[in-house]
Amino acid sequence: MAKITFDGIEIEIPDGTTIMNAARTVGGSIVPPAMCYYTPLKGSGGKCRACLVKVTAGSTKDPRPMPKLVPSCITSVQDGMVVENTVNQQVLDVRKGIVEMLLINHPLDCPVCDQAGECDLQNFAFEHGVSTTRYTEERRTFDKIDIGPLIQLHMTRCILCYRCVYTANQIAGDRVHGVLGRGDAAEIGTYIENIIDQDFSGNVIDVCPVGALTDKTWRFKQRVWFTKPVNAHRDCPKCSGNVLLWYKGKDVLRVTARKDEYGEVKEWICNECRFEKKETSDWTIEGPAHIDRSSVISANHYELPVLNHSVVADLPESTQRELEKNPPLKLGS
Amino acid sequence: MGRKLLTEHINVEGIDTFEVYRKHGGYRSVEKALKTMTPDEVVEEVKKSGLRGRGGAGFPTGLKWSFLAKPEGVPRHLVCNADESEPGTFKDRQLMSKLPHLLIEGMITSSYALGANTSYIYIRGELLYVLRILEKAISEAYANGFLGKNILGSGYDLDLHVHPGGGAYICGEETALLESLEGKRGNPRNKPPFPAVQGLYARPTVVNNVESIAAVVPIINDGGDEYAKLGVGKSTGTKLFSACGHLNKPGIYEIELGVPVEEFIYSDEYCGGIWKGRELKAVVAGGSSVPILPKELILKTAAGEDRLMTYESLSDGGFVTGTMLGSGGFIAMDETTCIVRNTWSFSRFYHHESCGQCSPCREGTGWMEKVLHRLEHGHGHMEDIDLLVSVAKQIEGNTICPLGEAAAWPVAAAVRHFRDEFEWHVTHAKEAARPGAVYPGKAVLA
Amino acid sequence: MPLNLIDMEPTNAPAKPQFSAAAQDEIKRIITHYPEDRKKSALLPVLHIAQAEFGGWVSPEVQTLVAETLDLKPIEVYEVATFYTMFNLKPVGKHVLEICRTGPCMLRGSDELTAHLERLTGARVGGETSPDGLFTLKEVECLAACGFAPIVQVREKYYEQLDTPENVDAMLTELRNMVHRPILPWEALAQN
Ligand SMILES: Cc1cc2nc3c(=O)[nH]c(=O)nc-3n(C[C@H](O)[C@H](O)[C@H](O)COP(=O)(O)O)c2cc1C
Ligand code: SF4
Ligand code: SF4
Ligand code: FES
Ligand code: FES
Repeated sequence: MAKITFDGIEIEIPDGTTIMNAARTVGGSIVPPAMCYYTPLKGSGGKCRACLVKVTAGSTKDPRPMPKLVPSCITSVQDGMVVENTVNQQVLDVRKGIVEMLLINHPLDCPVCDQAGECDLQNFAFEHGVSTTRYTEERRTFDKIDIGPLIQLHMTRCILCYRCVYTANQIAGDRVHGVLGRGDAAEIGTYIENIIDQDFSGNVIDVCPVGALTDKTWRFKQRVWFTKPVNAHRDCPKCSGNVLLWYKGKDVLRVTARKDEYGEVKEWICNECRFEKKETSDWTIEGPAHIDRSSVISANHYELPVLNHSVVADLPESTQRELEKNPPLKLGS
Repeated sequence: MGRKLLTEHINVEGIDTFEVYRKHGGYRSVEKALKTMTPDEVVEEVKKSGLRGRGGAGFPTGLKWSFLAKPEGVPRHLVCNADESEPGTFKDRQLMSKLPHLLIEGMITSSYALGANTSYIYIRGELLYVLRILEKAISEAYANGFLGKNILGSGYDLDLHVHPGGGAYICGEETALLESLEGKRGNPRNKPPFPAVQGLYARPTVVNNVESIAAVVPIINDGGDEYAKLGVGKSTGTKLFSACGHLNKPGIYEIELGVPVEEFIYSDEYCGGIWKGRELKAVVAGGSSVPILPKELILKTAAGEDRLMTYESLSDGGFVTGTMLGSGGFIAMDETTCIVRNTWSFSRFYHHESCGQCSPCREGTGWMEKVLHRLEHGHGHMEDIDLLVSVAKQIEGNTICPLGEAAAWPVAAAVRHFRDEFEWHVTHAKEAARPGAVYPGKAVLA
Repeated sequence: MPLNLIDMEPTNAPAKPQFSAAAQDEIKRIITHYPEDRKKSALLPVLHIAQAEFGGWVSPEVQTLVAETLDLKPIEVYEVATFYTMFNLKPVGKHVLEICRTGPCMLRGSDELTAHLERLTGARVGGETSPDGLFTLKEVECLAACGFAPIVQVREKYYEQLDTPENVDAMLTELRNMVHRPILPWEALAQN
């Protein structure tokens, strides 16, 4: 066991635990945000730098502070470690910087994005960002592509967290999906239009922190906050069959895995449950699900960090009308 | 001219063959080490020599070797970093193509010291012709019993292979290099674990620059103490500098550490002064990632002392008025050079070479490039100058690997010392955007 | 065909490419450099061989062949081939001129060289091929030859100090007259 101090709170935790997971045992607003780390995926984390924290004392044995901020998601605790997160101004400033970096090439098309309302980037920007952008350059764009008949990739929104790659690698079996290119031209790709047709490939949708990978079978494409999540299960030969059904009225609009408060999937579900079972009669209903993530869905409001007018200008008329009815708020206004 | 330890015979006809190299005293260090020394004694000599890594960071080589984990039954590796891609640096290419056996000799002696039985030279893919030279030299070494099983009857076995990259500066970063050697994308690893514990194939690994490994040869031949007598203070021995840019005599020079920068630039023994009879404007002393210094600060420190070609003297004044020795890529710029354009070119380089794994570097390098491009082409605003500094600061220290810093430092330093020139690009945008435009003013010194 | 030369007419990859016997032997030799369970390590060297064998670029079919040769999944090859800038993913002309554009070369006239080469060949940098199919112009970053700037690399050869029209002309003439590409070591072995 190791004893650490995190934002002044003492935590006792087994050796080898990461700082992030130590903080999660306490929970609440002191937990560093994670845009790339995903507990069930081996090797994830360390990339987005959203979770950087200050270690002001390395351990009892070596109490020197660590010279740079460290990624809390992959740094193990040491006995006697002292960590500062929300109480450290440098950490908060750097985090603002990370939000800005993640947003500069992001289309900010939240008004038309399926993920809006349950988007980790939206939440992250809302909680840690600033309300204006200093980026005036052109943003990178990609065409939307279909990864098979069930999943759509909207690469322009991708933040290159690599979660989907690890999922494809570790959960979905035979890998046909990876990162191509490099630098800010890197993109998620499948091998020459190869489709992901493995049983568990749909899970890439659930792990994607933004709206880059979406469910093409999501019926009627509703804003998430107009839908109602319900826990349900079925006897499935391939997976646990424990899912969330998202209802609008009597219709099941989509099926997803159940997630914990940090947005991590509890049990992977198979493609049959996800894509093919869209009738209430397919399921045993357990009751309404409580979504306790710190997300904009549960806060029941919807705000944009920054509205990108150049993207919004291209919207189809029907969406424009929808937007006028439900205008997104501009943060800071 | 000072003593040359590495390049003494570089111009000897046929020195790239085993026979000629051997005639000029080649492979003595292997004989001495394998026949008369234990591996730990070799490490000890390298420690005594005070040799500091020649790849850029300047970390003491002997110390690095002593960190290598040695778990029972797990193979260890030595990997030579011959990825040389830092703009301004071209010493390793010259050394390897002209003196391939020097590197091979160093690899054998060093691998023996580390207890490695399979070692690799990772060479950048563009240098396939040098790879051919090395492979030929390696087969000669095998044929003469210096590689393979039971070398010189000592019972020590070593296999040595050359591995080409594929065109990626980032593979010079040691963990990216190891990934690349494993046949993957050159994405740097998060550290810890360090390569000394989990390197190539998750086995304990040492990564050293070509020149560091070559320097082991004279260190073992003459002894670490002898080597340490050369140089000044903690900058011991000799170092290869690759001089380029607006010089009369660009090229590689092996110098004893401690030569004054002024002498290096102006003396006929070295670079022979600035071309076309022009004035020096600025120098990037250690490869494109180190801070640029204006003429006044590269010749003299802020305290008015002569600046010397040593690790300490070049970094005197920290990042405010100093720079770094880095990889020894010495880029001189004459009075007609546009600093904004040059900074943009470096930024474009880092943007192009970022692996794209971590967000500050992936997004920030592109951002800086775009802003610099705008300034250079006459579309900049005054706020852009502080924006550059701010973006650089947002990258620095927050990334997985030091490419982030390497991209941030040149921009921050250029603005620090040449802010007036950046502002002129805004106030005189049209004039500045013309090809060949020359800023008429002066640098900012402190 | 002269004994030590290989025909270099652009052999745009056939639909189902196969490595030559010489290349297969070379690949076998390279694989022995790495531990048995680490065949993937041979990926970059094998991609270089593939690019040399199949007309200077690696088509999807060629990448699939590389994957089969090393028991990899195609995506593993694709991920790597797109990361490293030396691998051409589109068909190229007979000679790919890789012009260094980085700071030190820029200081010694690489911009002028690029413009000059664009005029002489009729191709634009950024991967365009000249109308006669001879030259593809590509800008690359520092080639570790900054002291001899400006530089162009063509296959395994560096052309240095291209700051005079004479040097540029000499290079282009040499390339125009080159019917056969220089033979590679493993090909020489096979011919002997
Ligand atoms: C982006 C980047 C590029 C690098 N490129 C090189 C290189 O081309 N050659 C080299 O020897 N070291 C390079 N290094 C330094 C290596 O990571 C490593 O420190 C060095 O090879 C260690 O060898 P040494 O101790 O002998 O200097 C680079 C580092 C970074 C961060
Ligand atoms: S598509 Fe989504 S999950 Fe995949 S890397 Fe991009 S943001 Fe991450
Ligand atoms: S700092 Fe840049 S090069 Fe290094 S890991 Fe991050 S993105 Fe890649
Ligand atoms: S969550 Fe830790 S770096 Fe992304
Ligand atoms: S900058 Fe062109 S070779 Fe280095």
